[in-house]
Amino acid sequence: MSNTTEKIEYVSYLDHQGKYKGIMSWLMATDHKRIGLLYMYAIITFFFIGVLLGLMMKLELLAPGETIMTAKMYNSVFTLHGILMIFMVVIPGLSAVFGNFFLPILIGAKDVAFPKLNRFSWWIFIVGSIMAVLSQLLKDGPPDTGWTFYAPYSTTTNSNVIMATAAAFVLGFSSILTGLNFIVTIHQMRAPGMKFFHMPLFPWALYATAWIQLLATPVIGITLLMLIAERAFQIGFFDPALGGDPLLFQHLFWIYSHPAVYVMMLPAMGVITEIIPTFCQRQIYGYKAVAISSLAIAAVGFLVWGHHMYTSGMSDQARWFFSLLTFIVAVPSAIKVFNWITTMYKGSIDVQPPFLYALAFIFLFIIGGTTGLLLGSVATNVQVHDTAFVVAHFHYIIFGGMGFAFFAAIHYWFPKMYGRMYDIKLANISLVIKFIGFNLLYFPQFIIGVQGMPRRYFDYPEQFQPAQVISSVGGFILAFGLFLMVYNLVKAAKSGAVAPANPWKGSTLEWQIPSPPSLENFDEAPIIKVNPYDYK
Amino acid sequence: MANNTTHTIEYKTLVKILLILLFLTFITISVTSIHLGALTVTVALLIAGAKAYLVLSNFMHLKYESLLLRILVAMVFVLFALILVITFIDYAFR
Ligand SMILES: [Cu+2]
Repeated sequence: MSNTTEKIEYVSYLDHQGKYKGIMSWLMATDHKRIGLLYMYAIITFFFIGVLLGLMMKLELLAPGETIMTAKMYNSVFTLHGILMIFMVVIPGLSAVFGNFFLPILIGAKDVAFPKLNRFSWWIFIVGSIMAVLSQLLKDGPPDTGWTFYAPYSTTTNSNVIMATAAAFVLGFSSILTGLNFIVTIHQMRAPGMKFFHMPLFPWALYATAWIQLLATPVIGITLLMLIAERAFQIGFFDPALGGDPLLFQHLFWIYSHPAVYVMMLPAMGVITEIIPTFCQRQIYGYKAVAISSLAIAAVGFLVWGHHMYTSGMSDQARWFFSLLTFIVAVPSAIKVFNWITTMYKGSIDVQPPFLYALAFIFLFIIGGTTGLLLGSVATNVQVHDTAFVVAHFHYIIFGGMGFAFFAAIHYWFPKMYGRMYDIKLANISLVIKFIGFNLLYFPQFIIGVQGMPRRYFDYPEQFQPAQVISSVGGFILAFGLFLMVYNLVKAAKSGAVAPANPWKGSTLEWQIPSPPSLENFDEAPIIKVNPYDYK
Repeated sequence: MANNTTHTIEYKTLVKILLILLFLTFITISVTSIHLGALTVTVALLIAGAKAYLVLSNFMHLKYESLLLRILVAMVFVLFALILVITFIDYAFR
């Protein structure tokens, strides 16, 4: 990017001719933007399989008793739904798709630090995904443990647990390598003159996320290997009959899986932090507080895993300690929410689909977050543990939070990624449908959860039927909204109106370059601002 | 990386560190014959921590790296220690 080179002819990364042609130009791509898209296509495919499984569960729950499947089959369906959605959709989700695509651009780099390692991460992501599919088809039958693989049931059931856990193990490697790549990228590849506190806040969120991916994921790897060793060689780690401790599995599992929640949520918060200043044309309120709160969430988030184990027989001292820490971790999340809302104050707000998605995110995230405090407090947790209340809570966080942030991100960056614009009106209609469907689907589960409806049950007493029916209807409304959104975006990618380089008047670096970007992003050296959110 | 200069450590130093590591391994093994009760794990981890420090700073050249990088690596070990301590709040009081 020196000033001495003559002007390079602009060619979009989508049209760039490299060594390979056709499909191979994608499978062998080391360009971070193509890898981001590859992740996106894979993840959206898995997401829709997960949605179909979710709808099957909603059909089963329309009436008490056996409706469309047996209890055993229902167990397998929610297990696969969980494995797909957690390990193959929401954990890689934002960081692998939008992190890959936009992290280098936002910090003024031409690629990530290790492009070939990045390609390798995608390959093993696909290998892991194929293994997850195989675990459903092999002769012992699909696993029925739930995505949490709790011992000792998972060490004794006859279903195909080894293949499923091995798949999660391989998927974990993909996550670790992406995290490593991003940490090095942020440390080494920032444009000359860009200090850490000159970076936009999405890279800050990705940085905190990458540390979690790097440090927490090995724990689940070890845990799943221990589980496999216990199944295969009868080594007594977890099964009390063999001298093990089942709580050890829960400790190890949640030492990873609680921080994993922040692998999903931190980039989601980062996306929202990019969108709100753009559509308010206003400097983000409390830049440093938002940046540091990402690190604080990552750090404290490592120490709260025990709130998943209040009813498991842990010591009382541990229970109050985890409860205290859980309340502390809510503080940096709340800082972000207050700062987003304060940013809007006296802004010149342009109500476009990405901004509306961000508002929907904040609304749903607040419901998910505050019900999380109910679960974080030992006394109330004991009442609602393993009920539909928990299901409603984490869907508000993961789907209402991470999912809606993903939709916000795709509507925000779509014109940059494809150089075309979608139908704004249809985008708004699909958002309203999804929002209504979402709340109909999950809100009733808070109520029946408090009344005692357990999670993971395919049957229920008649008193819960009205709420279950509302929930099922909401599920289908939500699915229709999702379908509308995908239709709108696919149509726009093919034949949408050509989008200008900066349709939203954004101030960060991605809006300085043409849409879609060229192979090396910056054909001319970018202008690095000390304040990335300067709209004057 | 703060700079691109290469650092060579003399063989004499490397051998010295190797001997210290072997000595610490010997202690780890011999200490198992003494019954320390609840402290067994603590002692083993402290010795392992000392060994990790020697390997990281000398063999992996961490002592020549920037302060930021050394702090980042130190934080990882602090985190690891915290996670162990918190886990033992359960095991010790159950
Ligand atoms: Cu948690």
